[in-house]
Amino acid sequence: MTATTLPVTPARRPPPWRDARVLRVAAQVAVVAVIVGVLGYLYDNLITNLRIRGISTDFDFLDRPATIEIAYSDFRASQPVREAIRVGIKNTLLVAAVGIPLTTVLGTVVGLARLSTNLLVRSAAGLYVETLRNLPPLLVIVFVNSAVFLELPRIGDPIDVGGFLVLSNRELAAASPVAGDQLAAYALVVAVALVVSIVVWRRRTRASEVTGAPHHRVIWAGLPLLLGVVGGYLLLDAPVTLSHPAAVGRGISGGVAMSIGYGAVVTGLVLYTSSHVAEIVRGSVQAIDRGQTEAAEAIGLSSAQRLRFVVLPQAFRIAVPPMINQFLNLTKNSSLAIAVGYAELAAITLVLISQANPAPQMVLLLMTIYLVISIVISIVANVVNRHLQLVER
Amino acid sequence: MTATLQPPVAVVSRTRWARENLARTPMDAALTIVFGLFLAWAAYRGLRFVLVTADWEIVRRNLRLFMVGRFPPDQLWRPWAAAYVMAATLGFCTGVIAAVAATDPRRAATSAASTRPAASVRSGLRRFWPLVVFIAAVLVLIRTPLPGVLLIGLVAVVIACRAVGRRLPGLARWIGVIVAAAVLLALQIVVAAGGVGWDDWGGLQLTLFVTVAGIVLAFPMGVLAALGRRSSLPVIRVVSVGYIELFRAVPLVAFLFIGQYLMLYAVPTSVDPPSFLIRALVVIALFESAYIAEIVRGGLQSIPVGQLEAAQALGLGPVQTTRRVVLPQALRNVIPAIVGQFISLFKDTSLLAIVGFFEVLDVARSVPSQPDFVGQGLSSITLAFAGFVYWVGSYTMSRESRRLETRMGVGTR
Repeated sequence: MTATTLPVTPARRPPPWRDARVLRVAAQVAVVAVIVGVLGYLYDNLITNLRIRGISTDFDFLDRPATIEIAYSDFRASQPVREAIRVGIKNTLLVAAVGIPLTTVLGTVVGLARLSTNLLVRSAAGLYVETLRNLPPLLVIVFVNSAVFLELPRIGDPIDVGGFLVLSNRELAAASPVAGDQLAAYALVVAVALVVSIVVWRRRTRASEVTGAPHHRVIWAGLPLLLGVVGGYLLLDAPVTLSHPAAVGRGISGGVAMSIGYGAVVTGLVLYTSSHVAEIVRGSVQAIDRGQTEAAEAIGLSSAQRLRFVVLPQAFRIAVPPMINQFLNLTKNSSLAIAVGYAELAAITLVLISQANPAPQMVLLLMTIYLVISIVISIVANVVNRHLQLVER
Repeated sequence: MTATLQPPVAVVSRTRWARENLARTPMDAALTIVFGLFLAWAAYRGLRFVLVTADWEIVRRNLRLFMVGRFPPDQLWRPWAAAYVMAATLGFCTGVIAAVAATDPRRAATSAASTRPAASVRSGLRRFWPLVVFIAAVLVLIRTPLPGVLLIGLVAVVIACRAVGRRLPGLARWIGVIVAAAVLLALQIVVAAGGVGWDDWGGLQLTLFVTVAGIVLAFPMGVLAALGRRSSLPVIRVVSVGYIELFRAVPLVAFLFIGQYLMLYAVPTSVDPPSFLIRALVVIALFESAYIAEIVRGGLQSIPVGQLEAAQALGLGPVQTTRRVVLPQALRNVIPAIVGQFISLFKDTSLLAIVGFFEVLDVARSVPSQPDFVGQGLSSITLAFAGFVYWVGSYTMSRESRRLETRMGVGTR
């Protein structure tokens, strides 16, 4: 038998208008062409229009004096625009830095309260969430500002809560710690006490793991820390004192004072965002398999232990990514401060534009800065997330 | 024949129920007392504010501002007529959808029960109580009889058209066309032939218009961007990712500034710049579509590869695979999240107040400085009313979405 050779047909390529490889390249080139064309056209129009109106298209304006006043900062009108923007960034971050921890705490508490076995606790938390979640954040901020803070008594005759809180319709102030002479020495003492207590904590934990004896690590580790903090404070003659705010004439002295604009933005955003965080916490706890709770009950854990050692650690993992999203939202929503006159980034940009600084560049800068802030927050958050996620097989 | 046994229903006595929900432990009982007192106090203060302390005169006098902004009074028949067109469409379409759903054998039993008039009124009240409260509040605040009669007529039209729609399930496939035609008709009634231009709209009318137009524009754009992000063509993927991430990283306020300051200059000098509302709408649609794209992407990722392979095995091309196999399943999976984004859009329209539109929030902010009311600290009243308007809208939408979610069994199948 002789092997018959099949006739080999040379691979024929389909005509180019049916060839997937050609079409793929063509489609991408077409998309790029359309996008470049449209953006180029818009950019060309923009440049032409700006030239006709005599608006500069460079970034030289950044070094010119800003000629604006910014309340609650040491910014002077003669400083350049660049500095004004920096103050805006700082104020935006100030909202995020205070708002995010408060939101996390409040949201977690309300979220857990929604899962309570107690009907009234559950309903109160539900009322909180369903009210705030369905209101626009801007309205919450404006309400806190105009209907609560602006209705407070005038600054000459403020509400004084035991010398710790002073509330008026222009400024809010809280008591704040002030450094004494021996602060450095005190910090050293506290640091040493902290190290000692961490070492004790670890040793007690290990001893308990090895022998099975109760570790009592909170008591054992807490003692040296308490000794360092209290003993150091007494020995070093009050290295940290509390400064109490008090109304003096037309201002507040002492403590840490803030404008009601800042107070309204932080309060409003914390109230609004915490309602979303509460839903995330509730959802993540409910996502934990019932078997986990039942197993914890079976081995005799109390309800607090069940939550602390079984449910919450697992729920936390589920909750982290959506929580990060809420933190980003809070940071972005700080731009709503414009409505209550707090000088954060967007508000300062708007004022600068009204001071004849070129709008296109200002808006471009504003977008770039928010982009950078968002990217930094998501990078940090993603690193945290990766460390928390369970490594599976 | 196999009889399916339902699980036994636990019978819990009232005292047992009270003990489990109110006083499991002494600590729990203490919590009940504390929260009971707190809730009672809150309810007392809330009711006292609404019924006694708050003087709603400022809302009563400015109700028209809240509803339609500075719309010329002699042209008010136009928004009313448009509202009637939209109400008829809404009632008709929900009726048709309900009729189609009733033909589904799995739900036939439950739907049949709700067609009895008394039961359907009760279930309607329970389902839409926030809206009912809102309409009742507006009726109380109205000073002249005509708008009240028209408002009740509006509700009647919705119910009547729903009844008509229930008898015509065959029209289900034309719903898209009917809605589009009705929206265009309503728009024409307000704008055409000596009507009132968009830039003069305000109040709830503006809010609702921007919400509807924003949804209509942003949804297809979001689906396209999501498909682009999942494309195998690298250039299209990079462009989509860039678009989505840029719009998600920057707050809406910044984009509204672009609409305000930059878009004006982006048209050729020979053309009149687009009106402010159109620019704001474009910005809102672009912004929300980026968020919708991420939601749809989640839906696309939830479709198993087997579905794609099966479609390819049947000989469907890429466009048909996407249109007939992937998208229907992907969108069904993410309906609740998309409705959530529509709620966000509705709430985000309040940001128009920042760039100078006279919408509900801006009305609430500005009327306390009218000469008759200035300096009386009335902003809590006007803002509470504005908040109520927004709350009714988003709470109704979120309830409907949750209802849809359970009906479609998302997550349980």
